[in-house]
Amino acid sequence: MTDASLNSPDNARAPRSLTQEDARTKKRNASERRFRAYGIAAICTGLFFLLALLAAILSAGLPAFRQAVVEVPFTLTQEQHDEAEEAMLKTAIYTNYFITSLSNTMQAEGVQIKFDEDAVERLLGKVGGDLRSHFRDNPDQIGEEIEFELAASSRVDRYLKGTFTREDLQGGNRFFMPEDFDLIDAMKEAGLIKQVFNWNFITGVDTGVDNPGGAGIGASVLGSFFMMLVVLVLSLPIGVAASIYLEEFAPKNRFTDFIEINIANLAAVPSIVFGILGLAVFIQFAHLPQSAPLVGGLVLTLMTLPTIIISTRASLKAVPPSIRDAALGVGASKMQAVFHHVLPLAAPGILTGTIIGLAQALGETAPLLLIGMVGFVARYPDTFLEGFLEPNSAVPAQIYNWAARSDAVFTEKAWGGIIVLLLFLVTMNTIAVILRRRFERRW
Amino acid sequence: MNDMRIVERDVQQNDVKIAAKGVQVYYGDNHAIKDVDVEIEDKTVTAFIGPSGCGKSTFLRCINRMNDTIDVCRVVGDIHIDGEDIYDPKVDPVQLRAKVGMVFQKPNPFPKSIYDNVAYGPRIHGLAKNKAELDELVEKSLRRGAIWDEVKDRLDAPGTGLSGGQQQRLCIARAVATEPEVLLMDEPCSALDPIATAQVEELIDELRQSYSVVIVTHSMQQAARVSQKTAFFHLGNLVEYGETGQIFTNPNDPRTESYITGRIG
Repeated sequence: MTDASLNSPDNARAPRSLTQEDARTKKRNASERRFRAYGIAAICTGLFFLLALLAAILSAGLPAFRQAVVEVPFTLTQEQHDEAEEAMLKTAIYTNYFITSLSNTMQAEGVQIKFDEDAVERLLGKVGGDLRSHFRDNPDQIGEEIEFELAASSRVDRYLKGTFTREDLQGGNRFFMPEDFDLIDAMKEAGLIKQVFNWNFITGVDTGVDNPGGAGIGASVLGSFFMMLVVLVLSLPIGVAASIYLEEFAPKNRFTDFIEINIANLAAVPSIVFGILGLAVFIQFAHLPQSAPLVGGLVLTLMTLPTIIISTRASLKAVPPSIRDAALGVGASKMQAVFHHVLPLAAPGILTGTIIGLAQALGETAPLLLIGMVGFVARYPDTFLEGFLEPNSAVPAQIYNWAARSDAVFTEKAWGGIIVLLLFLVTMNTIAVILRRRFERRW
Repeated sequence: MNDMRIVERDVQQNDVKIAAKGVQVYYGDNHAIKDVDVEIEDKTVTAFIGPSGCGKSTFLRCINRMNDTIDVCRVVGDIHIDGEDIYDPKVDPVQLRAKVGMVFQKPNPFPKSIYDNVAYGPRIHGLAKNKAELDELVEKSLRRGAIWDEVKDRLDAPGTGLSGGQQQRLCIARAVATEPEVLLMDEPCSALDPIATAQVEELIDELRQSYSVVIVTHSMQQAARVSQKTAFFHLGNLVEYGETGQIFTNPNDPRTESYITGRIG
C-alpha cells in the first residue's frame, strides 16, 4: 500500500495503554455503576417499606395473641360448698368466697386494698358463676387448694398493654370505674396477673360490643377453609382440563385466539365485578343460600380459573416438544402422550399456579362483601355440609368487619387477624416454592 | 466399516417396503417437497442426504405421519407401505407409528427409568401379557440397541442420566421395542461424539437384518458408511436416488456431484 494518507499524522492514533481508562470507557463504566446504584436503591426502598409494614402489623397485631389472666389460689371446703348450694343466691355466695380469697392472698403479699363485688365483676366477669360451674364439673376438687384462673376483661388487658390509661377514662361507666385502676395495680403488685397466649383468639367466634376481648377468628378461618375447598375442587379440574385442551388439542384459529385473549383479560377483571356477578347469578338467579361459603367459593372459583389456566398453559408449554415427539414416535395417541408424559412433567408448575391462585382467593375481600359474607357470625357450623351452606364469614371479611367497629379492642383483633391471614399466605407460598424446587426438571 | 469399500459392496435386490409417488408437502404457502417419487427397500439402509432445508427430514416425517402434528403442514400424493396407502382416511396414524418407529435428532428419553423407557411402547400396545414377558422384551430390545451390557445393572436408573450416545441407543431400543417394520432416523448422530457415532452406526448396520432403515444425515461420510441406497435431496426435489456406491463415485446429476465434492451445501 502506498497511500500516503494512511501514514499521515492526522490519522495516526496515539498509543493506548490498557491500564488507563480512556474517556469513553470511563463514561461507560460510570453509567454501569450508576445503574447498579439505582438497582440497589430500588431494592433498599422496597425492603424498607416491607420492614415498615411488617413492624406496623406485628406491633399492632401481636397483642391480640396475648391475654391477661388473674390467677388466685382458692380453696372451697365441703361446708362452704353445702352452704352456698343451699342459699337462694348461690353465685353471689361463691363471689363472696372469691373476694375473701382474693383479698387474703393480696394481704399475704403485703398489698392492702378495699374493693366490692361490682369491681370484681367489672374486671373479671361473673366470677361466682364460673366458680360454681367449675366445682360442679370437678367435685373431687372440693377441699383442695386450686389455682383458679380467670380471663381479665378487655379493659384490664388494654390497661396492662398500655393502650388504655387513666386519662382515657372520663368519669367511669358500668364497664369501668376509676378505682378499678387501683385494684388492677394491686393485683399486679401481688403477682396475680399474668399474660398468657390467647387461644380463644384462634379458636373463638366473633362477639358483640359487650365482650370485645372474647372475639376470635376461628369461625371465619373455617369459613375460608370451606371456600378454599370449593375453589380447589372446582377450579383445579376445570382449569387444568381447559388448558390441556387449549394447549394440546384445540386447533389454532380465530375462535381459540379469541378465547385466549378473553382468559387473559379475565385475569385482570376487578374482583368486585366477580362479586356482583356472583350476587346476580348464584344468589338472585340460582337462589343459592346467601352468605354461604359455597357461594363465596363459586365466586372465587371464577376469579381463580384464569390464574390457573394461564399458569397451567405456561407449564405445559415449558415441556419440551421432543417428549411429545418421543411418545408419538413409539405409537402413543395424542391423549396418551399428554397424560403419560406431558402432564406429569407439568404437574409441579400446575400445582404452584394453583396454590398461588388459592392464596390470591384466600385474601380476596371485595366479592365477599357483595354476597354478604361479612355478617356477624357467632357460632361454628355443626356438620360438614352446614360448613358449606350456613352463613359464615371469611378471614379478610372478618378483618374488615372488626376494623369498622368503634371499640379499640376490635382494631387490635383486626391487626391480629391480618397476622393470621399473612401466616396462611406465607405458608401456602412457601409450599408452592418448595414444590417447584423439589419437582422442577431441567433438560 | 471403511469408506474404501463402498464400491465393492455387494448389491442385492430386496422387496420394496415403502413406495412414494408424487409426494408434495406444503407448510402454509411454502412448497417444501416437490413431486418426490421413491421406492425404499426392505432390509436395507437408505440414506437421505442434502443441504440444510432441502426437505429430507420433512419427507422422513411424512413416512410415519409425524407431520400431522403440525397444523399448517399439508401432504399431497401417495405413500404406500406394503401396498397400503398410509394417508388413507381409514388409517389410524397411531397404529402406523407403531409399525414405523422413529429415532430423533436429539436423544429424547422420557424422564423415567431405563426400564420404563423401553417398556412404554409395549405397554400401550399390549405387546406383553405379563411382567416376565415384558422383562424379556425389554432385555431383547436393549440388546438390539447394543446397550444391554451397559445398563443391565441399573434398569431403575433414570434414562436421562445416561451419556448422550447411551441415550440415543436407548431411544433406538425404545423404538425397536414396539416391533416396528420400518425404522426412521432423523440425524441420529448429530448430537453425538465420534465414538458414540461409531457405536450407533455399527448398530444401524445390525438393524438392517430385521428392518428397513431410513436415515437422514448431514454427514456424507456417514451415508457412505452405513447405507446401501442413497437419495440426494436439493431444494425440495429428489435429485438422484440409487446405489450408495454409484451416487458417491459416479453420480449422474451435476448437482449431486457438486454437493458430494463440497461445492454446494
